[in-house]
Amino acid sequence: MARAVTTRQKTINSLAAWAVGLLIFFPILWIFVMSFKAEGDAIKTPLEVLAAPWTLENYGVVQERSNYSRHFANSVILAFGSTLLGLLVAVPAAWAMAFVPSKRTKDILLWMLSTKMLPAVGVLYPIYLLFIRLGLLDSRAGLVVVLMLINLPIIVWMLYTYFREIPGEILEAARMDGATLHEEILYVLTPMAIPGMASTLLLNVILAWNEAFWTLNLTAAKAAPLTAFIASYSSPEGLFYAKLSAASTMAIAPILIMGWFSQKQLVRGLTFGAVK
Amino acid sequence: MATQHSRSAARLMMAPAVVLLLGWMLVPLTMTLYFSFKKYLPMRGDSLANGLDWVGFANYARFVTSSSFWPSVYATLVIVGGVLVITVILGIFLALLLDQPMWGQGVVRILVIAPFFVMPTVSGLVWKNMFMDPVNGFFAHVWRSVGAEPIEWLSQASLPSLILIVSWQWLPFATLILLTAFQSLDQEQLEAAEMDGARWPQRFVFIVLPHLSRAITVVLLIQTIFLLSIFAEIFVTTQGSFGTKTLTYLIYQRVLESQNVGLGSAGGVYAIILANIVAIFLMRIVGKNLDA
Repeated sequence: MARAVTTRQKTINSLAAWAVGLLIFFPILWIFVMSFKAEGDAIKTPLEVLAAPWTLENYGVVQERSNYSRHFANSVILAFGSTLLGLLVAVPAAWAMAFVPSKRTKDILLWMLSTKMLPAVGVLYPIYLLFIRLGLLDSRAGLVVVLMLINLPIIVWMLYTYFREIPGEILEAARMDGATLHEEILYVLTPMAIPGMASTLLLNVILAWNEAFWTLNLTAAKAAPLTAFIASYSSPEGLFYAKLSAASTMAIAPILIMGWFSQKQLVRGLTFGAVK
Repeated sequence: MATQHSRSAARLMMAPAVVLLLGWMLVPLTMTLYFSFKKYLPMRGDSLANGLDWVGFANYARFVTSSSFWPSVYATLVIVGGVLVITVILGIFLALLLDQPMWGQGVVRILVIAPFFVMPTVSGLVWKNMFMDPVNGFFAHVWRSVGAEPIEWLSQASLPSLILIVSWQWLPFATLILLTAFQSLDQEQLEAAEMDGARWPQRFVFIVLPHLSRAITVVLLIQTIFLLSIFAEIFVTTQGSFGTKTLTYLIYQRVLESQNVGLGSAGGVYAIILANIVAIFLMRIVGKNLDA
């Protein structure tokens, strides 16, 4: 029920909310501004930085010096590869849990979620050792599998909640009309499941893109995604604010845009349905 | 509806996910457990091929009696506790604010949520260099402009600095969940209370807060699990110096930097037990909701 609000009240709300919003967003805005400034200007006082001329050179330098595009490609491959692989494994599992539930479904689901809570550092050495033995250290293939496994519980969980919203009566109706199981899946379920699968894909790509434990510890130069590439700026030589800003802008921009579309999925995916 | 046939098909469909997760959980866990009872220093020639010496609970005892253990527990508690308090309290106010009618609500929401999507290495490095650097950082410029001496954030106030960075990352998550909870609040109940003469603080304490209690619990539990294992933010800022060595970071250093695998694995087992204690409470709430 909408409550009547005076214009004055609304103006105060708006001003307060915008002030807080801009304050929280400010570091990101500042990265963005700095990325278009010359290195010499970037260390000046904030007002001088704003007044300094704008330039695109940092973006070129970052690409040239550190082969940005390869790390970007690694991030894309790792994020999408692990999520698609995860979907491949999770779709049948979630489908079975949602449409053929048994007494143990709930326990299996909870157990799957609980594996997500295993602290990564507790199994760091075993994974590291296995990676060395299997020749997977600094390989994209190895990381795709690890990232898939750490996000698999969330993927299964999200798909399960989406699938469960599909009314079972529709399947029965299709069956009455003589649809075979194959047709049922292809023409009835798939179209209804696609939005949920897309949302799941979106959130998990974001999570995999930003994952910064395994990507830092299991890669070197070759398979390093953007998380690890940016970390190489922690021991810089000379002035680097503008370059760091340009590299950061390129690393976070695609995911910020995707993130804005995934607000709702965030609540669903990361609270495991405990908040509605 | 479910026949014997569809039951076995369902089992088959779940098998890959179950087997993969079971393997992902059991294999490394067993190895960690095994290493934790062994003397395993790969740099000094210990190797699996030559066999490792059994040392019983020596690693477990050494881990908790080492001089870095209690400081790491302290750093962990301060960081996790600090971030939880800040994100929950600010999150409630922010969610309350965002729930009011205003112009450009959608855009404000986007601004507030954005930090969650910034990768940890970027936020760590940007805060460290561009904001907290005592010479050229944003804060240093601001401090100097009012005639104050700039603070060396990450060395003089290392724990508060890290709490600030991590809170900035997690505030959107808390806000978003609390906002979701706010939106399911029964407005009529609030209005009834208002008509009965309840003032705003009373309405907040007796109606809003109880309604939010479950959302707050969930935020606390989920964030605790993720915050216990923050790594990249410390890795790119202080590398564990200036009292910022958390339990996670200490284990990481034992295992990969000093390569004392036995000792680190014992620490890992402690960390796993700790995380599981928190997880049990979370899973209870999730399980209850699954039934509903």
